[in-house]
Amino acid sequence: MNGNKNAPIFAVNNIQKSFADVPVLEDISLSVEQGNVVSIIGPSGSGKSTLLRCGTFLETADGGDILYNGEYAMKDGVYVDKAALRKFRSRFGLVFQNFNLFPHYSVLKNIAEPPMLQGVSREEAEDRAMGLLRKMGLEGRERAYPSQLSGGQQQRVAIARALAMNPEILFFDEPTSALDPELTGEVLKVIRQLAEEHMTMVVVTHEMPFAKAVSNRVIFMAGGVIVEQGDPLQVFDDPQEERTRQFLRVFEK
Amino acid sequence: MTFTAMVLKMSEGLGRTCAIFFLTLLFSLPLGMVIALLRMSKNRVIAGITRFIISVLRGTPLMLQLLAVTYGPYYLFGFNVPRNKLIPVVIAFAINYAAYFAEIYRGGIESISKGQYEAAEVLGYTKLQTFMRIILPQVMKRIMPSVTNEVVTLVKDTSMAFTVSYQEMFTIGKQIANSQTSFLPFVVAGIFYFVFNALVDYVMGLIEKRLDYYD
Repeated sequence: MNGNKNAPIFAVNNIQKSFADVPVLEDISLSVEQGNVVSIIGPSGSGKSTLLRCGTFLETADGGDILYNGEYAMKDGVYVDKAALRKFRSRFGLVFQNFNLFPHYSVLKNIAEPPMLQGVSREEAEDRAMGLLRKMGLEGRERAYPSQLSGGQQQRVAIARALAMNPEILFFDEPTSALDPELTGEVLKVIRQLAEEHMTMVVVTHEMPFAKAVSNRVIFMAGGVIVEQGDPLQVFDDPQEERTRQFLRVFEK
Repeated sequence: MTFTAMVLKMSEGLGRTCAIFFLTLLFSLPLGMVIALLRMSKNRVIAGITRFIISVLRGTPLMLQLLAVTYGPYYLFGFNVPRNKLIPVVIAFAINYAAYFAEIYRGGIESISKGQYEAAEVLGYTKLQTFMRIILPQVMKRIMPSVTNEVVTLVKDTSMAFTVSYQEMFTIGKQIANSQTSFLPFVVAGIFYFVFNALVDYVMGLIEKRLDYYD
């Protein structure tokens, strides 16, 4: 499953999702090219997280297409079979708002076990984990348990865990929303570093300066639709839609 | 009858008391998991039936269940009452305790956050791997205090086997008490149970400690 080389790494077309007849996503389309960072901003309840959760199969979309490298994971609201879906899962990583580390596993096991279950040898998985921990600035913490780490450290472990699967694209669902302000920086720094290495990423975030500095494209969502999208400088400094201006004004204070 | 003779006679039944205790745990601990999983089934019929069975097992006296399992087959189908009463006694105990364990397991499983399942799913864990590697170890740790409670109760409940005249320690003690018109055998029984449970507490404490490698 190598897909089409020229196709975007990730794309959704006309995706729809309702919760108990309340539409949460209405005909959302977006695509993410190799090496790009796309930030999704918007008020809570705008459907940002739901979009991410549909893209990562944690929610079942009601209609539309989901594609990875031009290959359909869902076409016209119909998903591929379970085995094929499992293969699609190996293409992306997801970082959660609440980290969701496994509390009964050491940091090392959190990162090394998932690849091992996919057939990677223990030695290689642990080497890779140690390398990622170094990269995340967490050298020497491999024997610790998640509860012994700060929130910022836990989130960096979660990022390492996602990266250990060698994903083609990394999704972040409000990665700093559960963190104290002083811990937010260390997580954003790591994401910024990944952006510099041209990791393909989609980041749902409330950190506007970060989104502006790091993204290739910013998407503003409200009420289940994409209100405006484009170059970060344009969206932040010269928004075209009144709804966008209204939202961004809140952050100016 | 001397005090020593009484104690010796009663200790002869201790083996049977232990047999009820260990065999009940051996069968009820895994059976409880099966019942818990059926109870949480997405199939409403299966979940509903299981829920009803649990409520009957928890809502009627264990003593009644012992009598039903031991003598029920005779009254219903004319089967002989088994010579070795250990079999019906363990069946009744195992089923009854499994119902309690099932509810403890269910509580434990439902207390694990949805995020753990989602993280495992995204990282490519199968359903079975998620349950065995991620959920179950966390559940075990959380439910240990409740399980210890049940195990301590089981030690004392073994005495209920006297209702079907299974010759375990308490049944023997009761017979001595009747024939000697003495209260002493009950005191001895009380001490036996207390010491037994002190051991249980110690062992369960060790297990809890072993599971305490993370917060």
